[in-house]
Parts: sequence; C-alpha cells; structure tokens
Amino acid sequence: MISQNVKILIVAVCLLAFAYIVPQSGSFVVLLATRAMAFAILAMSVDLLLGFTGMSSMGQAAYFGVGAYLTAVLATKFHFGMGWDFWLVVVMGILLGCALASLFGLFAIRAGGVYFLMITLALGQCVWGLAYRWNSLTGGDNGINMSGRPNFGLDLGNEVTFFYLVFAFFAVSLIALFVLVRSTFGRSLAGIRERELRMQILGYNTWLHKYIAFIIAGGFGGLAGVLWAHTNGHVSPETVVLTTSVDSLLMVVLGGAGTLVGAAIGTAIVFGLREFLSTLVPWWQYALGGVYVLTILYLPMGLMGIPSRFRQRTQGKDEGAKKLATKPS
Amino acid sequence: MLKKTLLGTALAAGLGLAIPAQADELRIGFISPTTGLYAQIGKDMVDGFQLYLDEHGGKLGGADVKLIVEDDQGKPDTGVTKAKKLILQDKVNLFVGGLLASTGYALAPVSTAEKVIYLSSVSSADDLTQRQLDKYPYFLRTSWTSSLPNHPLGQWACDQGYKKVITIAADYAFGYESVGGFQKAFEDCGGKVVQKIWPPLGTKDFGPFIPTMKADADAIFTVMVGPMALQFPKQLRGAGNKKPIVGSGVSYDEFVLPFMGDEVIGDVSSLHYSAGIQTPENEKFVKAYRAKYGKMPGYYSENNYTTAMWIDEAMKQAGGKWPGPEQFIKLMQGIKLNAPRGPVSMDDMRNPIENVYIKKVAKTKLFGYDKEELWNTTVKVYPNVSQFWTYGKDKFLAQPVYDRDFPPCKFCE
Repeated sequence: MISQNVKILIVAVCLLAFAYIVPQSGSFVVLLATRAMAFAILAMSVDLLLGFTGMSSMGQAAYFGVGAYLTAVLATKFHFGMGWDFWLVVVMGILLGCALASLFGLFAIRAGGVYFLMITLALGQCVWGLAYRWNSLTGGDNGINMSGRPNFGLDLGNEVTFFYLVFAFFAVSLIALFVLVRSTFGRSLAGIRERELRMQILGYNTWLHKYIAFIIAGGFGGLAGVLWAHTNGHVSPETVVLTTSVDSLLMVVLGGAGTLVGAAIGTAIVFGLREFLSTLVPWWQYALGGVYVLTILYLPMGLMGIPSRFRQRTQGKDEGAKKLATKPS
Repeated sequence: MLKKTLLGTALAAGLGLAIPAQADELRIGFISPTTGLYAQIGKDMVDGFQLYLDEHGGKLGGADVKLIVEDDQGKPDTGVTKAKKLILQDKVNLFVGGLLASTGYALAPVSTAEKVIYLSSVSSADDLTQRQLDKYPYFLRTSWTSSLPNHPLGQWACDQGYKKVITIAADYAFGYESVGGFQKAFEDCGGKVVQKIWPPLGTKDFGPFIPTMKADADAIFTVMVGPMALQFPKQLRGAGNKKPIVGSGVSYDEFVLPFMGDEVIGDVSSLHYSAGIQTPENEKFVKAYRAKYGKMPGYYSENNYTTAMWIDEAMKQAGGKWPGPEQFIKLMQGIKLNAPRGPVSMDDMRNPIENVYIKKVAKTKLFGYDKEELWNTTVKVYPNVSQFWTYGKDKFLAQPVYDRDFPPCKFCE
C-alpha cells in the first residue's frame, strides 16, 4: 500500500508536469486543457456529492449555468467583470451557486437514491428552461457572446495566461475539496454514504450534513461556470443542458468516484476523446462509448481503481475481486 | 499513473504541433454537425461543398484546396472550440459552415477576435448581417436571412386573397424571425395574423396544438424543422383540417420531401432554392448530386455548393493566391454568380441578393427522371430579393429584430 503522502506527491508532480508541458504545445491544446480544467472543477463538485456523500446529482449543470450566465450577463449588459472586478464576479459566481443550491437543496435533500436523481434533474431543467425562454436576459436560444476576456494588468486574452489562471483555480479547488473530505465533516459525509441510519442513531444531523455538502458543491459549480464562460466567450442554453450534468456524472464514474483526482482524470479523458479525437477521426463517438462500457464492465471503481485491482491480482489476496476482474458478469 | 499522464500529455503535445501551410494552398475549415441530432443535415452540407470541389479537381481558382471538416455536434459552444482549432492549429484561411442560427451567433465573434474570414453558408440568424454587422468585420454570408424568403411569401399570401392566417412555428429564434418576416409583409398588405402557436423545437406530437387552431382562418403558415416537418402535415390532415398551408421553405425542403406522403401535395412554401427550379444550371447540379450521393439535394447542399462556387470565383480574380481577408471580402462582394438557385450577388451588408421561389409540392416527373416523385414546383419567382425586402435598408434597420413578440400580434385575442 502506497502511503498517503506518496500519493499526494504523485498528484502534485503530475499537476506540475501538466502545467509545464501544456503551454509548450499548440495553442489549441492549451485552450482544450483550459476548458477541461474548468469543467473538471464541476466534475469534482459532482464527486463530492456522488463519491463522498452518496448522492448522484443529475442537475449540477444548473450551478454551472448560473455561474456562466452571471458572468456573461454582467460582462455584456453592465461591462462588469472585465477588469480587476473579475475577482468580484468569481466571488459572486460562487455565492450565486451556493444560493441556488441552498434553495434547490431544500427540495432535493428530502429524497434519496433515484428520487434525488429525478428531483435534481427536474430542478436543473428549470434553470435550462429559464435560460432558453428568458430572452431579454439570456438571449434565448442564441445565447450571449462576450467580447474578449478580462484584463487587470494580467491580460487573460492570452491563452497561456488564462491557462495558468484556470490551472490555479483548479489546483486550489482540488486542494480545498481534498482538505474538506478529510476533515471531520468529510468523514461524517462518508459515514452517511455508507449507512445513513447508523449516523442518525449516532446523533448526527445527516440532513444538515447533506445540505451543506450540496451547497458547497453548488458553489464549486458556480466557480466552474464563471471560468467556463470565459474559455469560449459564449454562453447558451447548451451550457445548462441536461447532457452537461450527465457528462459530469459520467466523468466521475469513469475516473473513479470518491477520489477527486479521478473526476479530473475522467474529465481529461472525455475531453481528449470528444474534443480532440473528434478533430482527427469521424468515429470518435464509438471510442467514447467503448471506454464507458469497458469501464463499467471491468472497472466499477473507475480508472482510479486500477492500482488496487492490480495489487489484488498480483497478491491474490482477494479471490472474489480477482474473479470479477477477469470475468465480466 | 504518473507515467500514463506524462505519456498522454506528451502525445497531446506532439499531435498539437501546427502543420505549416504550403505556399499556394487554400486552407478551408468546414464546420458542420456530422454527429448528433443534425448529423444528416451536416453531411448534406459537406457533400454540397465537396461536390463542387470534385467537379473542379480539388481546386478553387487555381489554388489547391485543403478542406478540413470539423464536427460541431450541433452545439454552438463546441463550434467555437472547433473554429479555434481550425484557426490556431490548422491555420485555415477561412472557415465555412455552421448550421444553426445559434452557431452563427457563436462563430461570428471568433472571426472578429482571430481576424479570420467566417463565411456563413447555412446559418441564417437575421441580425448578423443587419444591426450587429459592425461587430463582425470578417463575417459574410452566402445563404440567407431567416426572414428573407418570408417577406415575399407574406405578400404572395395576401395576393391570393387570404385574410386571416394562423402561424405555427418552432419555438426558437429561427422560428421567430421567419414568422416575423411573414407577418410583417402580410399585415402591411392588409392581412391579419390571428393566432401564433409555438410548439417546442423537436415536437413530434402536435395533438395538443392542432385542436386549438382557430376555425375561421384562411390559411396556416408553418415553420417546421427536421423531424417536425415530417409529422405536422400528416397529423394536421389526419385531424381533418383542410386549410391551405403556406410555409417556410424548410418545412418542405428536399431534405424531408422524399419521405413525405401524398397529403403534402398542393402545400405552398417559399425559399431561395428548390430542387425543382427548371434552369440548366440547376438541372446539372441536381443530376450530378443525385448521381453521386443518391438523393435529392436540398438547400443545405445547394448553399454549400454555391459557397464553393463563390470562393472559386473570388480566388480566380485574386489570381489563385489568397488575397488576405479584407481584399477577399471586397472580391466576394463584387461577384455575380449564376448558381443553381439562380442569379446571386451580395449586398453592402454582406448578405446575398437572390431569387425567392414560391413553390408548390406536386407529384410529377422532372429533368427526365422516369419516376413520379414529389417536387417543389415553382409557382412564382420574386427576383433579386434583398434582406430588406421593399422596405429599404434604413427603415428596416430602424425596427427591432423579429422576435417572439415582434411584430406584436394585434389581431390575436
């Protein structure tokens, strides 16, 4: 078993290598990596709910969407957030995500399992409906175009500069979520995931725990939205559409739920296949579909489950898991 | 895991290297949805462009063409990413395509930011070549504005003596702009739009909408997109409603027409193209397209075929060398073409001036094909229609862009 510190070290080295290598490649790769990192923050927020609290949210695009629309509306209607006030927009995006999640949470947290999934889906669609139909504010189907990125001494119009900024946000989010899930609060979330009734008997207010986790996830969703809006300078109902939520869930499952890093790896792989492979070959969707199917058949723990699976096979300790690894059920 | 990540990024870095452009090569990026809901339309777009290229030995105006097709999946946001890929990595001279109006709105700013020509070959969002044109100096259009063919249709419907019309249109910007154009011209001529119905985009069951249609209307104006087009006439006639239909051309485009039943015979629509236009240019195009791809070309194909033709002419005038974006726009604006759709040229707002065909679906034999098929036969041609119809540029631009609530429905109650 690799110790926790070594794992952290590996992640840190990977991140630094990523930040070093990507800017050296073509500017399109830089843009893709920037988009993937902004989206990875959303995927990690989903992981907080799915992997650590055991709630599969199908409406995470809602917080992502309000963050993105907030940025776009402020920038185009009020010329706000294109200078140093970009940081204010970041804070507002996080707060708006939290606020919306605290509202939606009141409805959603009452239910569990598939009901939670359906309620979050419905609430997410409400936000999509607003984006689609509130023409005067959101531009409806046509969406909103922003002109350029913020410039506050640091010109984010430069793809590489913007890459580093999003990288910083990504790294900080990863660390913040990591600290969160290892805190007492995070441990009790895991307890709720494993057996909610037992936590209740132990005297924990599980509803409040889940509610707070939901709000925190909403905040990270809002942050991801603010950054996402600036990656392409375009926000449309497609940003808030159901597939955005589904994608973020799939990315988490692909990378491995309950690992945070897995969410980021899942995002990287999906972006790599969908936005990079699709520029090379027309059959990219088969590759993406194949990856999903193979992961679910052979790696129910996601890609982050590979090392433990590998260990089990070499040491042969766990016969049951070994069978599962070689024979799909 | 470390090794894997490093390998992945190294691979990405290696593939991401820009390919240097060759000297006399014209690099064209082509953005269309080749997967997803609009995949078939996306393919028709590419086929139209490719047909012209193949007919001319892969050259436009003497320059070898490198055509790079990118899939935007019908999502504006993905379209932007793909456009940036084409510009930053493939170093294209210009990019073409974009199906949905929303994609057009998303791609135009990319052309401004990167100073690369965006030639919109299908996307018809009105305002791009109207009130917002100043924002997009590198944008030009070879297709149409949504309202362009619907102004003449409004006039035509009025001339037929229709007094009251119901509109039923897909609930998004393209629908609003199409209805707006029709309503404006129809009501200016003395007609009345008495009811506007907006089924959501992608509706396949019109059961909830058909019974609400007012009984005293003389005709129905429709804007049906994709699968909606196939279902609506069937269900309307099935419900016993026999009112004449005058519709946007997309409701009866050749993209769906061959799959429709005989109930659509006699339905009228208007567009800047019909596969049934009986000119030698169109006959040649239709035959070549059918021989190569085994299906009828619709306006998605024709628009892109003509776009290639337009670029060809501009490149010829530039002597086979890419003249740079500013000069290219000037050349494009000076060209008059005899395209399959008829004579086309470009107005000073960089939108085409073209014929509008009022067409009626008929079962007949055309161009020497030995089978009876459904064709959009021309009833009336409005020649050289501009996006401003007869209103004049300044007066037209003074009113807001057509929307769900503009023009207001004065005669609805």
